[in-house]
Amino acid sequence: MKCRKCPARAVLRMPRHNTAFCSVCLTEFVRSQVQKAIKSQNMFSPNDRILVAVSGGKDSLTLWEILLKLGYRADALYVDQGIGTYSQGSREKVEQFTEQIAKPCGATLTIHNVEEEEGASIPDLANLVRRPTCSTCGTIKRYQFNQAAIQGGYDVMATGHNLDDEAARLLGNVLHWQEEYLQKQSPTLPASMEGFAKKVKPLYRLTEREIAAYAVINRIDYMVEECPMSKGAKMLVYKDVLNRLEAESPGTKHTFYWQFLAKQEKAQATHGSMTETDQTTLKPCTICSQPTSTGMCSYCKMVARANAPAQ
Amino acid sequence: MMKPFMKIHLSHPTRDIEIEGPKHVRDVFQELQLIPEGYLVIRGQDLVTEDELLADSDVIEIRPVISGGSERRP
Repeated sequence: MKCRKCPARAVLRMPRHNTAFCSVCLTEFVRSQVQKAIKSQNMFSPNDRILVAVSGGKDSLTLWEILLKLGYRADALYVDQGIGTYSQGSREKVEQFTEQIAKPCGATLTIHNVEEEEGASIPDLANLVRRPTCSTCGTIKRYQFNQAAIQGGYDVMATGHNLDDEAARLLGNVLHWQEEYLQKQSPTLPASMEGFAKKVKPLYRLTEREIAAYAVINRIDYMVEECPMSKGAKMLVYKDVLNRLEAESPGTKHTFYWQFLAKQEKAQATHGSMTETDQTTLKPCTICSQPTSTGMCSYCKMVARANAPAQ
Repeated sequence: MMKPFMKIHLSHPTRDIEIEGPKHVRDVFQELQLIPEGYLVIRGQDLVTEDELLADSDVIEIRPVISGGSERRP
């Protein structure tokens, strides 16, 4: 199979665009999609300082690499979850990437160790507070990334969420009619009030397969192994279902999420912005001051429960 | 002498299998009941498309691209 843009051999067929690209044209395509996302969603400008949330996986390392290659000022934060050899392996990938690619561009890496800072690893914390591991992990990561962005004076925090992540999350929210979460599914979330960093998802125009192909072509050494705690996670089921639909009808994921974004934009014009909603429903946490809808935020509640004396 | 088969490395869970060739990538997907949208096929260090013919002497990695646990990552 030939590349649709040049005479070279294609390395990836992309049925949703009815095309196929060689390694050079695919690299160009992926970087241009990221640049389009940044501009069309007003994510950040070349002078802004960006904090990338990295995990050692393909999405976050690819995002960091692309931002640096495009000339943005991007540092990163890694949260060490304390999940045995999985965390050791992913931390090694992040540190290796930092030495080889990020440092020569003048970028820095900060590591937050959950076991040292919160007093127990994520699986132990999940046991202590009797909550699912993925949900405990999500609460800690969201809190720490937001905190690091605010304290470090970053203009924006960037995550590696891709089209598959967003389509799967949308499917999950729609299946359970969690309308309150739909408003938060935008590729750009504003710093709606004091204590919230602006959050962006520059990979939302790209599928996981396109991002993984970019990583392989550009020799980004990432953690292929999945987190052992994510076995049986609902998100993986939703992604599998969407990929089956995609195989039958290419472009399904793309249409599903992008049509949602178009409708969301119209709805916000009529029902008011997320900033207005946040400012009327959230107030500072009584312990840490991060915005919350209850008196104490879910992170502080969790840490308090974990540190409470055993009964 | 026994005919050599192509060697395929798979993940989630990690395992190595052998398949008789020559065979097109799309036929390997079908034989293993995998959906192409969820995987990349890597021969040596190069990606190959579904129409590529794989030989008995090839060493292949079929790498899953799906990841994610928490419903609201990072």
